[in-house]
Amino acid sequence: MNKRSLIGEFTKGLIEENATFKAAIGLCPTLAVTTSLVNGFWMGVAVVFVLTFSNVFVSILRKVTPDQIRIPVFVILIATPVVIVELVMRAYLPAMYQILGIFVSLIVVNCIVIARAEAFAYKNSPLRAAFDGLGVGAGFMIDLMLIGAVREFLGTGTLTVGSMVLPSKPLFEPMSVMLTPPGGFITLGVLMAVLNIAFQRAAAKRAKTVS
Amino acid sequence: MQFISILLAGVLTSNFIFMQYLGLCAFVGLSEQFETAIGMSGAVIFVMTFASTVAAAFEQFILVPFGLEYLRTIAYILVIAAFVQLVEIFLKKTAPSLYKALGIYLPLITTNCAVLGAAMLNVKNQYGILWGTVNGLAGALGWSLAIVIFAGIRERWKFMNIPEVLKGFPLALISTGLMSLGFLGFSGLFKTILK
Repeated sequence: MNKRSLIGEFTKGLIEENATFKAAIGLCPTLAVTTSLVNGFWMGVAVVFVLTFSNVFVSILRKVTPDQIRIPVFVILIATPVVIVELVMRAYLPAMYQILGIFVSLIVVNCIVIARAEAFAYKNSPLRAAFDGLGVGAGFMIDLMLIGAVREFLGTGTLTVGSMVLPSKPLFEPMSVMLTPPGGFITLGVLMAVLNIAFQRAAAKRAKTVS
Repeated sequence: MQFISILLAGVLTSNFIFMQYLGLCAFVGLSEQFETAIGMSGAVIFVMTFASTVAAAFEQFILVPFGLEYLRTIAYILVIAAFVQLVEIFLKKTAPSLYKALGIYLPLITTNCAVLGAAMLNVKNQYGILWGTVNGLAGALGWSLAIVIFAGIRERWKFMNIPEVLKGFPLALISTGLMSLGFLGFSGLFKTILK
């Protein structure tokens, strides 16, 4: 197996092994917190932090972890950064903590984090694991922000980025259903289908240039 | 009365899948066949009900008296993991046929966010042990209802001509969305009928 460069470990998480659109794991927070771009961003930040640290911890302890009980060990190693995120968020971003609610604590059982621990960090060095965690986390953050942006724009007619509101007035009657659970499922389903088309086109193009 | 309203809320108006987005990975992953969906439902109902009890008891007798609420996430996940392991061993010895039926689904439940989610929601809503258990049962029943209906729909896809790009997850999510739209209709239930 030829090893990737560290940058390669980072970038593969963005598209090639994208958690939401390629592997379709970690769907609960993907849908639950993405009613706006900002919510998606902060949830993404939390996941990047947890994923990077849990990957590093798992990787450091990979030689002393018995194979049979590795999943419980992973869960504890993941829970530690989650509690840190929870406490920091509650102290410095109380409003966001209220919005994200139990989904911050539920990062513990997020399939993405456990999948990266099992599939990558358990077999690789801490440095590689850190870059992998950063990459997959960043990919997930982009997914959350993308879904959040689509839902916020369709659901409220505007898009809030920092203190800017774009466009200042809704251009169409807002579809409030996009902010409810059904809207979340349908948005993600349609986005996934659209990206599937894009991936297929890209693959077909690559096949053409090779041959 | 509270019993009925918690039960109905869990199954219909705040269904774990359709309204609260809990346990989606298992929902999408294990609904391809009707039998697997039934097996997983059995395991989830069993574990979620009793895990809620155990977690609520843990909260009341250990976390609160010692002022350890900030460790809740770690404590709960350990309690649930230990409980699932215990159930597995217990069923293996006492009810081998049930163990065989639930078999591979039991270990999967530790990482099913619906179980931890139910325990967390119990704390958030301050349900205590008794109502926490009822809420766990209600959530599990709602989850099972959703996955069983969905598995039924998915079995029909085999005979359909589905566009290539929609196959698998995209169509699964869109259909879930449409089902969820239907369940949104129950949200007036409490305002009009029960109160």
